[in-house]
Amino acid sequence: MALPSYASPLERAWHYAYLVICGLIFFFLIAPIIVIIPLSFNAEPFFTFTPAMRALDPDGFSLRWYQSLLHFGMENPQAEGWAFWSDAWANANWIKAAKNSIIIGFFSTLVATVLGTLAALGLARPEMPFRRTIMAILISPMIVPLIITATGMFFFYSNPCDLLVLIGLEPQCGRLAGTYLGVILAHATLGIPFVIITVTATLIGFDQSLNRAAASLGANPRVTFFRVTMPLILPGVISGALFAFVTSFDEVVAVLFIGGPEQQTIPRQMWNGIREQISPAILAVATLLVVFSIALLTTVELLRRRSERIRGVTPR
Amino acid sequence: MANVALDPHAAVVSTASGGPAALTSADGTPLARALARSQRRARRRAFLLVLPLLAFILITFVVPIGQMLQRSFYNAGFSANMPQVSAWFAETERGTDPDDAAWAALAADLTAAAEARTVAMVGTRINYDLSGTRSLFTSTGRALRGGIEPPYRENLLEIDQKWGDPQLWSVMREASRPVTANFYLAAVDRARDAEGNIVQVDERQRVYTMLFGRTFWLSLVITALTFVLGFPIAHLLATLPLRKSNLLMILVLLPFWTSLLVRTTSWMVLLQQQGVVNDLLVWTGIIGASGRLQMIYNQTGTIIAMTHILLPFMILPLYSVMRTINPSYVRAARSLGASSWTAFRRVYFPQTLPGLGAGALLVFILAVGYYITPALVGGSSGQLISNMIAMHMTSTLNWSLAAALAALLLAAVLVLYWVYDRMVGIDNLKLG
Repeated sequence: MALPSYASPLERAWHYAYLVICGLIFFFLIAPIIVIIPLSFNAEPFFTFTPAMRALDPDGFSLRWYQSLLHFGMENPQAEGWAFWSDAWANANWIKAAKNSIIIGFFSTLVATVLGTLAALGLARPEMPFRRTIMAILISPMIVPLIITATGMFFFYSNPCDLLVLIGLEPQCGRLAGTYLGVILAHATLGIPFVIITVTATLIGFDQSLNRAAASLGANPRVTFFRVTMPLILPGVISGALFAFVTSFDEVVAVLFIGGPEQQTIPRQMWNGIREQISPAILAVATLLVVFSIALLTTVELLRRRSERIRGVTPR
Repeated sequence: MANVALDPHAAVVSTASGGPAALTSADGTPLARALARSQRRARRRAFLLVLPLLAFILITFVVPIGQMLQRSFYNAGFSANMPQVSAWFAETERGTDPDDAAWAALAADLTAAAEARTVAMVGTRINYDLSGTRSLFTSTGRALRGGIEPPYRENLLEIDQKWGDPQLWSVMREASRPVTANFYLAAVDRARDAEGNIVQVDERQRVYTMLFGRTFWLSLVITALTFVLGFPIAHLLATLPLRKSNLLMILVLLPFWTSLLVRTTSWMVLLQQQGVVNDLLVWTGIIGASGRLQMIYNQTGTIIAMTHILLPFMILPLYSVMRTINPSYVRAARSLGASSWTAFRRVYFPQTLPGLGAGALLVFILAVGYYITPALVGGSSGQLISNMIAMHMTSTLNWSLAAALAALLLAAVLVLYWVYDRMVGIDNLKLG
């Protein structure tokens, strides 16, 4: 946005003031995320830059909080070599939490992506009946406040067979609350709107005549889907899946309500840590998560560009 | 009409003999019917693709919420476990003093409930409306283990004088009907008095209307702040060349992709009294070392953290609308003599309204239901209605009241969602 040559001095002054304001807002957006990274290397148990850190003295920095993260929950943190790492892998609380988060995230993403992509394919067809209403229902898990969703799920997952009572049966069945399956289903529900939104957005630019062309050349619907449709919408599907994964990876309310002690995920462990006594070790976790989100963001951006290129859509 | 013969589609018409010609497909069925059939098949096929997900969402999401809502007006904690005295309440008028039959029914029900170990459940239900009564039920239950002899009134009063309290009887009468609007009354700080009139509760106990008010007010403030901060950014991104704006967009998208807990934590760290922001203010001499500001564990903390977290939801829709605005309109306005402010106000700004509406509605909808951030940084003055629902779910265990509060919040959100769908269309929701 170059300044036109006819701009008055006042307009020039305003233009530069505007750029400064924008700079400050960008600073507000990004600084809180960046600032915790150096703070996590603090040698002292404080949440500020100590004089030693400001002087860039190497003694002011340390990896002690990362070390304490790893040691937390281990049986024998003093062990060496192989014994240390096998102990960490089996017992360190944060590693256990990471394993749980990844397992739950993977399976809930799988469910959300498969069901969501199928549904998006149906919703993108012009002949889909009740399109608007169904879309509104499928997106609603994103809109309804999480606490309401979690409350409803708490009752349902405690006794899933309650549903059958409505039709006159009185069966007995186990609880879903406190199981991995329960948390996976809950997270899949929460991730589905993101898959629907990203995949339908990809399908808007999808040329339906490609499918007809494939059919006219003798491909059956299955071959058409896997050889023609799928490669074209794949970037959208993957970024939808990443959204669903992040939703699960970052979700704490539903886990708190329906997860048992076994389903300790990273956000839940963080939540407990923050509520009890916030220590700089939390900042070390936060830093690792920021690095993780930078990696995800890069992936999504690359996918978006690839998708635009292969669909021949020039970026706006 | 030589052309007719050349046109293959027309051939069917011309060979039909006499009368108004019926179009037929190759196998002889009327074209209209064949078309309807194939359209029906296409509709069914599209619907079958959506069906698995629709069923999944209905079972894991819609039905559970429905079940929860049922609790807001249905609670059989008293009536199911105290059948005889409930029957007596059903037969008598409101305000009737308990007679011998009532006392006998109460004694029989309490004995049965004590044996079935449900007396604590009954006590919990009555305790919702009259605090301190749970122990009355449990202690009476313990005393009745060995059975009870007539006269029931005197013997029950001997166990505890509170059984003679007319307010207790009036509360039990209310609880004796499983279907009730009383939890909704409680959720708006109302209750029924002994005559059954709806009255406001004691002034010190009026919390929910205040909390609903605060939730909406804070959401409004946060929406306004995201607009003030988001508009310049979106405008800058939309007018810069694409290469530059894509780079700057990363600064908007990175917070969007960063964990909510991470962002909340970093605000807790930055804003605390010994935190970076206070240090910076002291260092620059804006405030004295003794005057460190309390910016967290209060409303300020909630507002700052939530504005930061929800800002991308305002910027992204504004940006996508601003990208489509043709810059020549503003140039035309300037060439016709408008000052840059007038051109902005009369020509540019009105064109951004769709994006503004979309962003503002989305931010407001998300803010109204926020739970995690206010719970962590809100202290007591920054708590929202969601935090109250969580409290009733996890600590007071008054699930029916939690459900009633949730129902009111849900109704508000669904109305806004409907407006969003009308104004913006759910299809236009974009992420990143």
